[in-house]
Amino acid sequence: MADPFPSPRILPSGDSAVTVEFSRTIDETANRRVLALDHALAAAALGGITETVPTYRSLLVHYDPSVIDHDALVMRLLALSAGTLAPDGEVRRWRVPVCYGGEHGIDLEDVAKALALTPDEVVARHIAATYRVAMIGFTPGWSYLSGLDPSLQMSRRQNPRLLTPSGIVAIGGIQTGIQCLAGPCGWHLLGRTAMRTFQLHRAPTFLLEPGDEVSFTAVDVKTFAEQERAAEGGELIAERIAA
Amino acid sequence: MTTLVVSSIGPASSVQDGGRFGAQRYGLTPSGAMDKLSLAAANSLVGNGLMAAAIEIGPFGATFVAKGGAVRVALSGAPRPADVAKRQVDINTSVTLAEGEKLTLGFARGGSFSYLAIEGGIAGEPMFNSLSVNARAGLGSPYPRPLQAGDVFEVAAASGAPDMRNELPKPGGAIRVVMGPQDDEFSEEMKALFLGSDWMVSATSDRMGYRLEGPPLRHLHGHNIVSDGTVDGSIQVPGNGSPIVLMSDRGTSGGYPKIATVITADFGRLAQTQAGTPFRFKAVTMAEAQAELRRYKDLLQSLPGRVSEIVSNEFDIDALFTANVAGHAVSATDVTTWLGATPD
Repeated sequence: MADPFPSPRILPSGDSAVTVEFSRTIDETANRRVLALDHALAAAALGGITETVPTYRSLLVHYDPSVIDHDALVMRLLALSAGTLAPDGEVRRWRVPVCYGGEHGIDLEDVAKALALTPDEVVARHIAATYRVAMIGFTPGWSYLSGLDPSLQMSRRQNPRLLTPSGIVAIGGIQTGIQCLAGPCGWHLLGRTAMRTFQLHRAPTFLLEPGDEVSFTAVDVKTFAEQERAAEGGELIAERIAA
Repeated sequence: MTTLVVSSIGPASSVQDGGRFGAQRYGLTPSGAMDKLSLAAANSLVGNGLMAAAIEIGPFGATFVAKGGAVRVALSGAPRPADVAKRQVDINTSVTLAEGEKLTLGFARGGSFSYLAIEGGIAGEPMFNSLSVNARAGLGSPYPRPLQAGDVFEVAAASGAPDMRNELPKPGGAIRVVMGPQDDEFSEEMKALFLGSDWMVSATSDRMGYRLEGPPLRHLHGHNIVSDGTVDGSIQVPGNGSPIVLMSDRGTSGGYPKIATVITADFGRLAQTQAGTPFRFKAVTMAEAQAELRRYKDLLQSLPGRVSEIVSNEFDIDALFTANVAGHAVSATDVTTWLGATPD
């Protein structure tokens, strides 16, 4: 059967990595192809591949050229990219508690105003969707989620905040995301979760995987505070609801 | 218990090793030494594994004191004045500090980072097989942050091995790159400008990225791309047109077009390039870059075999060069032979 998808572009990233690019834009099909190749590559267990970094639209493959030849690797990557769209097996799904608005979601009122919605409507639409972890990047655990309700789309802040707290749940452009560590952020803060995508000395250290599905549930300030204490002790907080 | 105490230290100094690999897909950057050849050279002088954790010392000075016993250390990387109790310590040598003796390091001269390896390595709790400090993420051990005065390292007592010296080949020439992955976001004219211009590392650079000063590079289709993965040495071009080379503490993904990537063999040399020193980039093919990578790895592996005993602390480096005893060694005292990041 003919491959229904065009071949990805193979782009050099220095002497020890190649980028397999499926699209230049944020694209659901491209992201599924990225994750499919990532799984296929892991299953193939090729010697010399040191790590892979899936993103929205490309897979970065780090390799050791003394073990696997560049041209041979490219041939394998093209072959493994053909035909498949989704990884085999069940998709893991998580329900993540979020304390929306107030001191933990300081942009909720402004977002609602800008979108001509009430804050409750913004929260309801944010909770209604099921998201996919499209990629994790920039800093440990920063999870980029695709699947935002298009009615919640708005451009990023003119002036990014230099420091936002850990565990923020925010929207920017057509994305929503969970930032694990405190740090700079140009997105709009809707709320905060006690769930830690990254926690040292916890098993697993990283909770979410690219390809996982995530939905949100609202909790009040008091519950958030209790969950924060539990997370401190190493509890996962997020509820695994499938696979 | 034998310890090495940090009695004073400038900013931008931290524990670094070969890096933390295996979790870039979770946003965990590798970190690791900015100049791994110098890290390996320092470690080889005290018999450690080549990528063992050592103290990466930024451009400013530092002092260390041995407590509870003698401690054997080695210095490599950026040359700088160094002494123990008025005895001069050369770059690429090891030295034993007797109990209570102080090692004093001055400002770096020609280069940015020196590496102080400690015989037996540094005790700490590894994460992903690494002690490397990533200050932004609060990771690393024994101190998950830049070092400060008063920090104490638990170390092995000096073995009593003699002091050693090492010879390193003279690096120089342009910083070599493989074009891409997004060089098609730039016109032929802009790529020629990138490869034909003098660049200088900005003083605002850090372990995350080196900002470059030179002619602004214009994009063909704007400066936003959908974020994709980065590697050590990715050269991204943000909206203002000034390239940023992503260094050891880079983000694992980035949203600016990357015009080229510094080859592994030249990454440490770029890391050692001081602000204000002009240099150029030179494009090489993938095959050339990978041939250089093999040579670079061979050089790393050869380091323990290049170590030799210091016969006298007062040998005459000029006499050694005149007699060609030192072969292709560089002078530790003449920085112009050492980090020649000059255009070719």
